[in-house]
Amino acid sequence: MTMIPQTPLLRVEGLTHYYGSRLGCRDVSFDLYPGEVLGIVGESGSGKSTLLSCLSARQDPSSGRVLYQSRHDGEIDLYRVSEPRRRLLMRTEWGIVHQNPRDGLRMTVSAGANIGERLMAVGARHYGDIRDQAIDWLGRVEISDDRTDDLPRTFSGGMQQRLQIARNLVTQPRLIFMDEPTGGLDVSVQARLLDLLRGLVSSLGLSVIIVTHDLAVARLLAHRLMVMKEGQVVETGLTDQVLDDPHHPYTQLLVSSVLQV
Amino acid sequence: MTNQTNAPRPAVSVRDLEKTFVLHTQGGARLPVFAGLTLDVFPGECVALHGPSGAGKSTLLRSLYANYKPGSGQVLVRHGDSTVDMVSATPHQILAVRRHTMGYVSQFLRVIPRVSTLDIVAEPLITLGTAPEEARARARALLTRLRIAERLWSLAPATFSGGEQQRVNIARGFSVPYPVLLLDEPTASLDAANRATVLELITEAKQRGAAVIGIFHDADARAAVADRLFDVLPVPSQAA
Repeated sequence: MTMIPQTPLLRVEGLTHYYGSRLGCRDVSFDLYPGEVLGIVGESGSGKSTLLSCLSARQDPSSGRVLYQSRHDGEIDLYRVSEPRRRLLMRTEWGIVHQNPRDGLRMTVSAGANIGERLMAVGARHYGDIRDQAIDWLGRVEISDDRTDDLPRTFSGGMQQRLQIARNLVTQPRLIFMDEPTGGLDVSVQARLLDLLRGLVSSLGLSVIIVTHDLAVARLLAHRLMVMKEGQVVETGLTDQVLDDPHHPYTQLLVSSVLQV
Repeated sequence: MTNQTNAPRPAVSVRDLEKTFVLHTQGGARLPVFAGLTLDVFPGECVALHGPSGAGKSTLLRSLYANYKPGSGQVLVRHGDSTVDMVSATPHQILAVRRHTMGYVSQFLRVIPRVSTLDIVAEPLITLGTAPEEARARARALLTRLRIAERLWSLAPATFSGGEQQRVNIARGFSVPYPVLLLDEPTASLDAANRATVLELITEAKQRGAAVIGIFHDADARAAVADRLFDVLPVPSQAA
């Protein structure tokens, strides 16, 4: 039983972003391995979302590097490659699940088309195949096939979020960014979504970076946690270590502030 | 640690381990739990941690599993052909040790919404790459031995009784033949028949060469499986 050294899928070095003179995030470095789920926790305003935007090519950082090990072209320095190259990468190897499904879905086309257009964006042309795959993915996120032709705005919040996940996963990405994917959902709906995510992440071997302020969500999904405060990472470690034996004063405050049910 | 000798090598070797909790939310209070703790546990033996409530037995067990982070010292675990120090290991190494080498049965089951009892028990084996059907067969055998009624297997254990949840937890902990087993009160809240089954499982684990470290409040249970006691004594409190 030897340990097989793996190459990180994502390497982040000294990532820093300022909005003018205001700090977004400062000097964040970490490696993410294939199949690993990294949780970024902290309260609102701690820099979690800024960091996620810089990681996922939606916000040019002030300094630092994001290096991604691509499927076919070796390591890519995210902010040094051309915009079209970056767009292609985002379409073919990455997915982004937004907190608000409206930011990730096209509300004026059907559920099936929301999934199908992602396939077409990566070159699929056969209508029958696209529709079959769309229906297959709706099933995998527990949406019945008689809703295929309905508009997402006729869906409940939980269904919209599941549709957004299907839209992201249909192109078989390797890395998914999630920003508070269960925020704003009822707890029963949340539990169903979490269970679904957990199953998909492990069966597809996805790498995930998930931003959440909900420590229970972090415990359920993440292998490792980074705790952020005022734009900086104050504690990192295995999820159960950080939550059961927090060392930084801020992490202790976060953990001790969770209400017991 | 790489020399091959005929002398038996410990499966777990604790060296000079120190743990102090610092409670920043309570004025930086320091709670020393243990210091200078040294312990070797060999394959096939069961060591019972012994000491009064609050002495730090569970903290020690959690530190061995790297659930708690000791301040200094080493927890050397024989992991396949290598040795991993759980105190200084990377998260990836710790997860690999937990998957392959070290099992931990806590006092409480952490229930995951919507995941069935059968899948909870089969999951550690499936994670190791065992075919799902084979893993579920092993899970069914364990649940049967631990007298969990078959009609409950497809349900999430959230609504189960404390004793039932504890038995599901034990089934999960014994699903993989880990070389090292950490058991925190495995027989608490069980009736006599189930307690006997758990003691049988522990004995079988020792016979296949597992090193077992456990906390057993029940003296009869302790006497039945423990080969020796290891005293965990409270650290005298000192002014911070």
